[in-house]
Amino acid sequence: MGKYIIKRLLLAALTIFLVATLTFFLMNAVPGGPYEAEKAISPQARAALEAKFGLDQPLGVQYVTYMKNLLHGDFGPSLKQRGREVKDIIFSKFPVSARIGGISVLMALCVGIPLGCISALNRGTAIDNTIIVIATCGIAVPSFVICSVCMYFFGVKLRLLPTVGISTWKHFIMPVFALSFYPTAYIARLMRSSMLDVLGQDYMRTAKAKGLSQTVSLFKHALRNAILPVLTYVGPMLAYTLTGSFIVERIFTIPGLGGEFISSISNRDYMMIMGTTIFLATLVIVMNVIVDIIYKFVDPRINLK
Amino acid sequence: MSNNNFLSLQLQVDDFLPASDAEKESLVILRESVSFWKDGMRRLLKNKVAMASLVVIVLIMFFSFVLPSFYPYTYKEQVRGSENLSPMTYSAAEQQRIAAGEKVFPHILGTDKLGRDYAVRVMMGSRISLLVGLVAAAIILLIGSIYGAVAAFFGGWVDTIMMRLVDIIYTVPDVLLIVLISFALKEPIDNLANTPAFRWINTIGANLISIFLVFALLYWVGMARIVRSQILVLKESEYVTAARALGATNSRIIRKHLLTNCIGTLIVTTTLQIPSSIFTESFLSFLGLGVAVPLPSLGSLASSAINGMTTYPYLLMAPGFLISLIILSFNLFGDGLRDAFDPKMKN
Repeated sequence: MGKYIIKRLLLAALTIFLVATLTFFLMNAVPGGPYEAEKAISPQARAALEAKFGLDQPLGVQYVTYMKNLLHGDFGPSLKQRGREVKDIIFSKFPVSARIGGISVLMALCVGIPLGCISALNRGTAIDNTIIVIATCGIAVPSFVICSVCMYFFGVKLRLLPTVGISTWKHFIMPVFALSFYPTAYIARLMRSSMLDVLGQDYMRTAKAKGLSQTVSLFKHALRNAILPVLTYVGPMLAYTLTGSFIVERIFTIPGLGGEFISSISNRDYMMIMGTTIFLATLVIVMNVIVDIIYKFVDPRINLK
Repeated sequence: MSNNNFLSLQLQVDDFLPASDAEKESLVILRESVSFWKDGMRRLLKNKVAMASLVVIVLIMFFSFVLPSFYPYTYKEQVRGSENLSPMTYSAAEQQRIAAGEKVFPHILGTDKLGRDYAVRVMMGSRISLLVGLVAAAIILLIGSIYGAVAAFFGGWVDTIMMRLVDIIYTVPDVLLIVLISFALKEPIDNLANTPAFRWINTIGANLISIFLVFALLYWVGMARIVRSQILVLKESEYVTAARALGATNSRIIRKHLLTNCIGTLIVTTTLQIPSSIFTESFLSFLGLGVAVPLPSLGSLASSAINGMTTYPYLLMAPGFLISLIILSFNLFGDGLRDAFDPKMKN
C-alpha cells in the first residue's frame, strides 16, 4: 500500500513538473513578447520593463528562476494587472470557482447516483426509459448550449433568475445546473449499468435467499459495490468541471478563476496564463491521486501492485 | 464377405461406391458461413436507435456537404440592406424585387448582423464541426492504435516507459493544455501560412491546424490504452507464434495480425471519438480559439450569438440545437456499433 502511494505521488510530482516546464517553454515560444500589443512603448521603457521582470536574461536562466519561485509558491507578477501578483489573483478568484465547482460536483453525485439506481431497479419501465433518454441527451449537449438556453428562458424570458454575478443563492442555481448537467447524466448512466451488473451477481441472490429485506440488501450489498465505478469518474469529473467553469463563468459573468484564465488569454498576460495553468493542472492532478488512493482503500479486491 | 476381425486389412467394396445423391445432399452447406462482419451488420441493422441515428447522420452530412453548393447564398456573402433579418422575412430591397416579379430565396433562418444568410452559415458551421470530428478521429486512430500496439507487442521496459508517458498525459487536464497549445501555436502557424510553400494552410485556417495538432498530441491516449489491453491478450495467440515461425517481421505481425484482429474495438472507439472531438472543437471555438473568421463553426456561431441573445434567440438556438443533435446521433450510433461489433465492451 505504502509503495503504491509513494509511486503515485512520485508520478504526480513528475507530471506537475513536466506540465510546468511545458507551459513555460510554450509561453516563451510565442513570438512577440508580452508588450507587443502596446504600440507606443519606447525602447528604453521596454528595456526597463524587461529588466524588471527578468525577461532580458537567457531562457535557461529565466526557466530556473521561474521554477525556483514556483517551488516557493511564487507565480510572479501579473503583466497586465499592474502591481498585482499572479498568486494574489489566483487566491482571490479561486474560492469563487471552487464554491461553484464543488456544489456542482456534489449535485452531480447526489442526483446522478439515485437516478441511476432508480433506473436500474425499474429496468424496462417507463421511468427507466425516461431517465435513459434524459441522460443520453444530457451527455450530448455542450455546456455552452445549456448555459445559453437556461439564460434565455429563465433569465430573459421568464425573469425568474438573475443572470449576472453571484451575490445571492439564486445566482448559483443556473451556473450550478449548467455545470452539473453533463456529469449528472454521465453518472446516472454509469450508475445504472453498474447497478444492473451488481443486481445480477450471486451474492445478491444469496442476500435475497437468506431473507434480507430489500432495503438492507440494496443499501448494504448492492449500492456499496455498484458505486465503485462512479468513484473512478470523480477524477475526470473534476477536470470537466474545471473546463466547464471557463464557459459558465464567461456566460454568467462570474468573477472566478476560469473567467480570469480566458480573459488573460485574450489579454496575452503570459505570467497569468502560466500561473493559472500550472495551478489548475496541479489541482486536478493532486485530486486525481487522492481519488485513486481512496479507490484502492474502498475496494480491497483491487491489486495494489 | 464381411470380416469380423478388426485387424484385417481386407477392403470392403461397398466403401468405394460412388456417393448417392442423398449422401451428397447431406454434405451441402445450406447456410453461408456467418463472418464477423455479417454477424455484426445483422446485429447493427436490427438496432433501431442506431439505424435512426445513422439516418440522422447521413441527413446532416447531406445538409452540410452537399446543400451549400446548391444554396443561392454563400456563407461569406454579405447582402447589403438585409442585416439582422428574422427568419423568413425580406429586406426592403428584396421586397421590391419580389414586387417586380423576381423570385427571391427566403432567408430561412434570417441573417446575421453583417447581412449573411444564417442558414447557409449554420450548414458551413456543421461542415467544419463534422470535418474536425472526422479528421481528429482519423488522427487519433492512427497514432493511438500504433502506439498502443507497439507498447503491448514489445512489452517489458518499452511498455513501462510508453505507458508511463500515457499516464502522464492522461492525468493532465487536457483542455487546459489544448487552450495553451492552440494559443502558443497560433502565431507560428500563421507565419508558416504566409510562406509560399504553405499557402494551403490559409484555406483550412491556421486555428484548425493547431486544433488537429493538439488532438494529435494529446487525444490519442485513450485509444492507446484500449488497443494495448486488447493486444496484450491477442499477442499470446497461436497465430502470432505461427506467423513468427514463418519469419514474419514484427511490423507485419502488428499490421496484419494484431491490429486486424481488434478491428471491432478500433471502429467503435474511433466512432465514439468523433463526438468528443466535435465537443472539444465547439468548446474551443466558443472561447475564440477555434476556426478563423469568416469561416463559421457551430461553436463560434453560438459564441457570437450570445451577446444578441435577447433580440435574436434563433441565432443561438440553431447552432446549439444542431451541435447537440450531431453529438447525440454520433453517440447513439457509436453505442450501436459497440453492441454489434464489440459486445465485450458493453457495460
